[in-house]
Amino acid sequence: MTLLTFLPLSALIVIFALGVILNRHPIRSALCLAVTLFLLAVMFVFLDAHLVAALQIIVYAGAILVLFLFVIMLLNLEADIPQRRRRNLTIAATAAGLVFAGVALRPFLGSDAGLPGVGMSGPVPDTFGTAAAIGQRLFTHFVLPFEVTSVLLLVAVLGAVVLAKKKIG
Amino acid sequence: MLIEIVIILVKILAVLGMVMPLAGALGWIERKGSALIHDRIGANRASIYGFAGAGLVNTLVADPLKFATKEDVIPRGADRLLHTIAPCINLFPVLVAFAVLPFGDVLLVGDREINLQIAPLGIGVMYVLAMMSLGVYGVVLGGWASNNRWSLLGGIRGSAQMISYELPMGLAIIAMILTYGTLDLQEMARAQGELIWGWLPAWGIFYQPVAFLILLVAGIAESKRIPFDLPESESELISGYFTEYSGIKHLMFFMTDFVEVIIVSGLVSTLFFGGWQVPYLYSSGFEFPWGASIALPNIAIVLLQIVSFTLKIVFFCWFQIMIRWTIPRFRYDQLMHLGWLGLLPIGFVNIVATAVAILATQSA
Amino acid sequence: MVPATYYIALSVLLFVIGAIGFLIRRNLIVMFMSIELMLNAANLAFVAFARHQLSMDGQVIVFFVMTVAAAEVAVGLAILIALFRHRETLNADEVRMLRW
Repeated sequence: MTLLTFLPLSALIVIFALGVILNRHPIRSALCLAVTLFLLAVMFVFLDAHLVAALQIIVYAGAILVLFLFVIMLLNLEADIPQRRRRNLTIAATAAGLVFAGVALRPFLGSDAGLPGVGMSGPVPDTFGTAAAIGQRLFTHFVLPFEVTSVLLLVAVLGAVVLAKKKIG
Repeated sequence: MLIEIVIILVKILAVLGMVMPLAGALGWIERKGSALIHDRIGANRASIYGFAGAGLVNTLVADPLKFATKEDVIPRGADRLLHTIAPCINLFPVLVAFAVLPFGDVLLVGDREINLQIAPLGIGVMYVLAMMSLGVYGVVLGGWASNNRWSLLGGIRGSAQMISYELPMGLAIIAMILTYGTLDLQEMARAQGELIWGWLPAWGIFYQPVAFLILLVAGIAESKRIPFDLPESESELISGYFTEYSGIKHLMFFMTDFVEVIIVSGLVSTLFFGGWQVPYLYSSGFEFPWGASIALPNIAIVLLQIVSFTLKIVFFCWFQIMIRWTIPRFRYDQLMHLGWLGLLPIGFVNIVATAVAILATQSA
Repeated sequence: MVPATYYIALSVLLFVIGAIGFLIRRNLIVMFMSIELMLNAANLAFVAFARHQLSMDGQVIVFFVMTVAAAEVAVGLAILIALFRHRETLNADEVRMLRW
């Protein structure tokens, strides 16, 4: 990936991410988030993470965000009314965010020299990012977290059903 | 470098040149088929010199022209931007999903081997699943942006239905991934060129009949056709999520319906019916199990494969049209029951059974 | 080639946008979406580091993040629906029964 593709792509990602938090209508926010996630999937493809990119679209854009849209439409939410008294909070939050960004970026400013690893320009083995490679790692080194995840999903399913169910009797 | 790009462009044009006219023709086949199934005379108004079969030409030319020249109405209070892009969002993902469907084996031109598949992606079938899961956005957006209660209800129904049926679809595809041990659709199609017991083509349907049924039912539900057309059920919701669409935008929703029929047919034929495989046809020619053999040049073999894939797709398109005009629409609770209590558990059991069978055959 | 630091910068930027969104918006659904934005910022960093170190671990972690996000959304949206049934609102400022 060259700068010529990276810069426009990341600019689009940032614009749509801003759209998520600045749009007053939740549906428009959700759509901006969908575009952001799709563009991130494109970026994953450039980073040789093909399976993760496909999962990003199937799970995030195809399922999670559709659930968001479904709930927004089900509840028939209207656009938010802007509130004047929140201006101070907005300024404070933005300032805090910028300070955090500065602090978080401080160690990374400059080149990749300080980062451990082989770097972005080296050759990529054929198996990198394939389903086989991820599966290998997932079922050997990460097998315990993987099994715990299944319990987590089960609990989430039960919790969602119990919470959203209308009271019977 | 330039020649590579030209080859890819030719492949893209060839696939689109097959898909778009077929989608248009399906509109006519559907009217004609419904008349046949209803045992009535139908679809004979558009004819050339009294020959109704030529009405197909009218459907392909006159219908799009009529749609294109109609007024494009955007209702008051609608979200103009979203109302306009919703049909595009609906059509685009389904069209790009064709990129990974292989329509033939390797074509030899000079000393160059051309893989007859637009994009040989390693994640192949996952890509189709991803694109089909994006199709729901067009429905949701069209329903919401129209500022119409019927549209909104259609959009809500559509989103719930498409999420629900994506799960059994994914489960059926996982069973096929287990069977072939690859995600690449071209590899899957090649694996189906072998023979069982020396005479039966090793098509997926013989290994995974249950997964085939699940995928077909879920596929029809994903394309929102009768008996699963609750998002647009005209007796309750006028036209559901595209009630407020006219002109070329309506045509795009209309086309999406048929392109989805074709992609489901393509997926089913690739996964379960050998894709481009012709029984007993190998890279050198026919080799029949009773010993006879016919040698064929590469170009003839490739043509036979493309024709075979096209015929399979057309057959399944016709099959879906037949289902549409035979089975009445489900009630909404029946739809959800079928998805969550019928297909989903069957899909899970099928995966476990497949995994056990594969373990047993591998260790034996 | 784009250095890894650029991806990290983009990731930090996305995370900050998500955090600010969480702080300034009072609509619970939008706050929820801001959380998703932050999770995705972390995912981008993981994938970029995985590529930088040519190690699959980063991508596997993204797999787990997605699973957790799916579980979180299922439960979270169920809570929002239950809340909306009782209070007819999704404004975080109006839900103050447990606040003192």
